[in-house]
Amino acid sequence: MWILLFVILVLMIGGAIFSLEARDLLSAVIAYGIVGFGLVIAFMLLQAPDLALVQIVVETITLIIMIAVILNSTREELRTKSRKTAIYIVGTLIFIGLFLYFFNRVTGGLSPFGEHTLRMSKAYIEPGAQITGSANLVTGIIFDFRGYDTLGEATILFTAVIGVLTVLRLKGRKE
Amino acid sequence: MKGMTIIVKKVTQIICSVVFLYGIYIVVHGHLTPGGGFAGGVIMAGSFIFLVISFGSEFLALRKEESGSSILESSGILAFLIISVLGIAIGGAGIFFVNFLPKGVVGRLISAGTIPLFNISVGIEVAAAFLTLFLALLIYKGEVEE
Amino acid sequence: MIIYFLCILLFLVGLYGVVTKRNLIKIVIGLAVMEYSVNLFLTLIGYVEGGTVPILSSEVVKRVFVDPLPQAMVLTAIVIGLATTALLLAIAIRIYKRYNTFDIREIKSLKG
Repeated sequence: MWILLFVILVLMIGGAIFSLEARDLLSAVIAYGIVGFGLVIAFMLLQAPDLALVQIVVETITLIIMIAVILNSTREELRTKSRKTAIYIVGTLIFIGLFLYFFNRVTGGLSPFGEHTLRMSKAYIEPGAQITGSANLVTGIIFDFRGYDTLGEATILFTAVIGVLTVLRLKGRKE
Repeated sequence: MKGMTIIVKKVTQIICSVVFLYGIYIVVHGHLTPGGGFAGGVIMAGSFIFLVISFGSEFLALRKEESGSSILESSGILAFLIISVLGIAIGGAGIFFVNFLPKGVVGRLISAGTIPLFNISVGIEVAAAFLTLFLALLIYKGEVEE
Repeated sequence: MIIYFLCILLFLVGLYGVVTKRNLIKIVIGLAVMEYSVNLFLTLIGYVEGGTVPILSSEVVKRVFVDPLPQAMVLTAIVIGLATTALLLAIAIRIYKRYNTFDIREIKSLKG
């Protein structure tokens, strides 16, 4: 199982690098689909089918909106000469090294991959089905134990739709 | 935006109601199987988007559909808020967001208190939100005046 | 631990896209890749070796479950990521109508 997870992650990194370096914008958006659908397979390997369902439909809607935005505008990317001196490459490598070193210091306190559950979750798993009454533990958590987060998420979705309608000037235009 | 050929239109007429029914099934069984309100809501919106893409926007007279989906989205989140405020009046000690309906046997369809009601209202709100987003970004952007 | 490093490498690729690129659509793609990597990292923390899907049913009597608490948080984060990307693309449409280009060095005048 670990081998398959490695291969999927390496494919996602390759897809992301290709999508950012492509010259044609349509190829960039289609290569961005590799990252999204690879994430679906990774979620299924980590035993989380709720997340895989939501990620499939969300990725499809994102691809549809991006392709429609691109096809109504230019598709080429203007490319001028960029100076890649030695300072840039050395500076980038130093930055990556420092980032990985501090990341190692920060996550040194985590248990190794796949060992224990978090300390808070023991209070949610054992009496979870009896207190909420639902067989699906994830749904019981997001609607009963942590209901405020779901309320916040519904509000953010509503506000984003109002924002899109206002930016495109479809509502609130008094003639 | 023009529609597609006759084969696509016929297949859409047959399939789009089945997709809508599948979305309702995932929303209502949210406390028994994986899924829930969010995935089912997006699938319900997907069936309407299917209809709009294959028939074209001139055919369906979409000018008043956009305000209809906005009203549906607002009523979905209003129902969510009303159910969560009712916890102050009915259940126990006046706490916001308490699960006050009786919880039946684990594993039946009617169980788990207010969780199926929350699932249905979130499903309606997410479906209407994504339909409004799609109509605003793809169909109406050509008619924006400066 | 190598899986955590690969996940952070995906985050760094997205960060490179946001900082370096000049096209507006490439910046939006870089932001979305960063959000995906953070969701994957949260799900990786909650994995238990030999665990199963956290749903009770009649044939699963007493087994080890995968942690359901990070999954509940990532479910919220995925939908919020989509809302943010849609709003950014709406702003990109308006910028293209006004300046007729996606290049961020041409968008200099702050009027309108």
